[in-house]
Amino acid sequence: MRLALRDITKRFGSLVANDHISLTVEPGEIHCLLGENGAGKSTLMNVLYGLYQADEGEILIDDEPQRFKGPGDAMAAGIGMVHQHFMLIPVFTVAENVMLGHEATGFAGKLDLDAARKLVQEISERFGFQVDPDALVEDLPVGVQQRVEIIKALSRHAEVLVFDEPTAVLTPQETDELMAIMRQLKESGTGIVFITHKLREVREVADRITVIRRGTVVGEASPQASNAELAALMVGRPVELKVHKEPAQPGERALVISDLVVADEDGHVHVDGVSFHIDAGEILAVAGVQGNGQTELTEAMVGLAPHVEGSIKLDGREIVGRSVRKALEAGIGFIPEDRQVDGLVSNFTIAENLMLNRSYDKPFVSGGSLNLKKLDTFAKEKLAEYDVRAPGVSTLAGQLSGGNQQKVVVARELSRDLRLLVASQPTRGVDVGSIEFIHKQIVAARDSGVPVLVVSSELDEIAALADRIMVLYRGRVVGIVPADTSRDTLGLMMAGETPEGIES
Amino acid sequence: MSAVDLPVQADAQGVAERIPGLWKPPIVMGVFTILVALLVLVSPRDGDSTFRWSREGDWFAIPDVSLPANLIVWVAVLLCLLCTAYAAWRSYSRLKTPLVVVAAFALFAVSGFLAWAVAGKTLPVVGLLAGALALAVPLVFGALGGVLGERAGVVNIAIDGQLLFGAFGAAITASLTGSPWAGLVAAMVAGMLVALLLGLFAITYWVEQVIVGVVLNVLVIGFTSFMFSQVLSENAGTLNNPPHFPRLEIPLLSGVPVLGPIFFRQTILVYVMYAAVFLVAWALYRSKWGLRVRAVGEHPKAADTVGIDVIATRYRTVLLAGAIVGIGGATYTLVSVPSFGREMTGGAGYIALAAVIFGKWDPIKATLAALLFGFASNVESVLSVIGSPVPSQFMLMLPYVVTIFAVAGLVGHSRAPAADGVPYRKG
Repeated sequence: MRLALRDITKRFGSLVANDHISLTVEPGEIHCLLGENGAGKSTLMNVLYGLYQADEGEILIDDEPQRFKGPGDAMAAGIGMVHQHFMLIPVFTVAENVMLGHEATGFAGKLDLDAARKLVQEISERFGFQVDPDALVEDLPVGVQQRVEIIKALSRHAEVLVFDEPTAVLTPQETDELMAIMRQLKESGTGIVFITHKLREVREVADRITVIRRGTVVGEASPQASNAELAALMVGRPVELKVHKEPAQPGERALVISDLVVADEDGHVHVDGVSFHIDAGEILAVAGVQGNGQTELTEAMVGLAPHVEGSIKLDGREIVGRSVRKALEAGIGFIPEDRQVDGLVSNFTIAENLMLNRSYDKPFVSGGSLNLKKLDTFAKEKLAEYDVRAPGVSTLAGQLSGGNQQKVVVARELSRDLRLLVASQPTRGVDVGSIEFIHKQIVAARDSGVPVLVVSSELDEIAALADRIMVLYRGRVVGIVPADTSRDTLGLMMAGETPEGIES
Repeated sequence: MSAVDLPVQADAQGVAERIPGLWKPPIVMGVFTILVALLVLVSPRDGDSTFRWSREGDWFAIPDVSLPANLIVWVAVLLCLLCTAYAAWRSYSRLKTPLVVVAAFALFAVSGFLAWAVAGKTLPVVGLLAGALALAVPLVFGALGGVLGERAGVVNIAIDGQLLFGAFGAAITASLTGSPWAGLVAAMVAGMLVALLLGLFAITYWVEQVIVGVVLNVLVIGFTSFMFSQVLSENAGTLNNPPHFPRLEIPLLSGVPVLGPIFFRQTILVYVMYAAVFLVAWALYRSKWGLRVRAVGEHPKAADTVGIDVIATRYRTVLLAGAIVGIGGATYTLVSVPSFGREMTGGAGYIALAAVIFGKWDPIKATLAALLFGFASNVESVLSVIGSPVPSQFMLMLPYVVTIFAVAGLVGHSRAPAADGVPYRKG
């Protein structure tokens, strides 16, 4: 089955998310769609999958124009999708998830679970997956859940499979396994669209690469192209992929965390006896697959976590049990992992967002009223200093692009006198240009003598920033290793294994 | 992968779990044990308590049981203490208290209380339970409708309005046509009308579902009260004089002692209820329809991506739920009460809602919860007839007190459908 998109255009109001995009996928071919976050890749795939209707252009299958009114039509035409956020129902079993939407039934609509089990087993065996059809999806590791998504698509006889940012939630090992699965699918004649912004993966499996920038195709690249060439094509200008930084000059022991245990409201323990320290003027990067306690660790450090045991000592003073306000006053700067939810108030202006962490005191508040003039001057300074591209300081934060939003957060957190910086996923969903800038700011903070904790699920970012690397797995420290540790070793550690010679 | 060849050591222990509210059952049980003990300590009763087990028409009569009231209470307290101790031991060992123990405890505590309350008199146990079942009928239908709606992702606070409107529609239609069956159909249509409004606001216009539900309840109260005072009371003979469903005794089964009179000497609506509970439970878990309903309530987007029409599924389920609740409404005017009256449900819909939550969104468990609440209501009315030492105003509170304790005190950590109350927006 040959799939072709012709001049697909999709607009949201005045924003053109896809501007006359064309591409073809041949059977048995892996076609990579490379582009930054917000370049329009996901929109294009949602059009292909019938979730959005294109404003212009057409979808052709074997030269036949198609009209997809919904995902059902797309599936019937042989298109399967492995979504970035899995479209699985956590409380259903694997078999139930696979059968949902095309259930085999017996008398009076009775579900034929046996047929679904058989289907799951058959496809699992064909591709060497180890998937138990009766397991609840929520109990499965993320990598296996993804296989369930693949089985789901294959059970509907998909001949073109779309993988939307499939590696974001995987360990490096799981990523390699996924690549192997993709090659296997390709050999069986399936066409694959692989959407990603990770250059390494593209070069590994792609037969063809189409690069998208700001909603338009900016060119095709060969899989033999170098990282720098691909990055330049993606961003539109040459980029530095690695921050230049001097070796760290660690000072005194600034932050000491011992036996930290963090549980949530339901009693699940997310951080389980973690101990480490950070020296002044040093960056400790926390590596790990998402959801292994990183979020809870950072929240505990600023007083946001509800049930914390153990000790967090900053400059000799205990933080555990203190309010968020006290943590801020102790000089902790916090870049939260989700700027939309925790970092910014989208309906506030840039200026208002810049004063959120000192909304109660001088210099912006005196006698219970805002000093708007001072705030205005301050905001204008920061806008210039942090290169935030916005019409003005009274622009609403929600109207900024991801990169600019993140710069506002970084500007707010770094513009105080810090004793500790906690940066969680500081460049997630940020364009490559802004990544470069934010990394420089974090390194500059370190060089001024601030201890820095960076949490990232991207090994590239870890490698760029870290002076030492701590790997978390299931809420525990697998090990703390030097910055030059190899990807393979880190990958093993992220899967919870402790390579020899590394003390945990 | 081209992994570095290093010996590895797997992480043996998973993430530890804590069970929240572990000590809640023993604490609640302890408090109730003390309360029952206080009854005899503060106000000991003289005389025997008699429990009557038989009714006319049974194949054979089980003799009445008659024992000194104080003795029964003390035995009950002792058994309660044993249950509490067992629950405490379970909690100490970091284990959950089994539901059987909680149920046994409730049985002992209730028996103790009843023995104390009827000292010197006779308690018709079978009548108490049969009446409880009859009183629970609207609650069970309400809870079933609530479970269905919430399983599909629509919170239905308007159960009370659906019951009331069902009762209203049934009364008028049955009076005009002279057929209770026509009344029953009208009640289902009335329940669906309220459900349609709920669906329109909650599913199509994304209005906050709790607000819509409350507004709908107020709307139905206002409308029916207005119609009652302006139209029904002036033409009571033609419009508010519904024929009733007769009691229908199932041959053979109705003669079984104890069980027969409770379960098989009821009206047709009770038998419909048995069928409805079974059908809803079966369909929700075993049929294609149920799988899709649950999918839409858990993760609508996932359902959409496999080609299920989320909006249509939600509408259909909410309408079906409305029809089911409507049958519950019909019980008021076609079985229990001679004619329609202003606000005659007395907030039963809210109790049904509590049963949905107490029953953890499961049709069978919600039915059991509704039966419990029905039992509490009937204890109140039976005791007021035979005369009990507790002031009747206090006894009137009983069903609601039981509701609060059941939902707040005994419900463990339960998980609502993930997309319950969240409107689905495409894109």
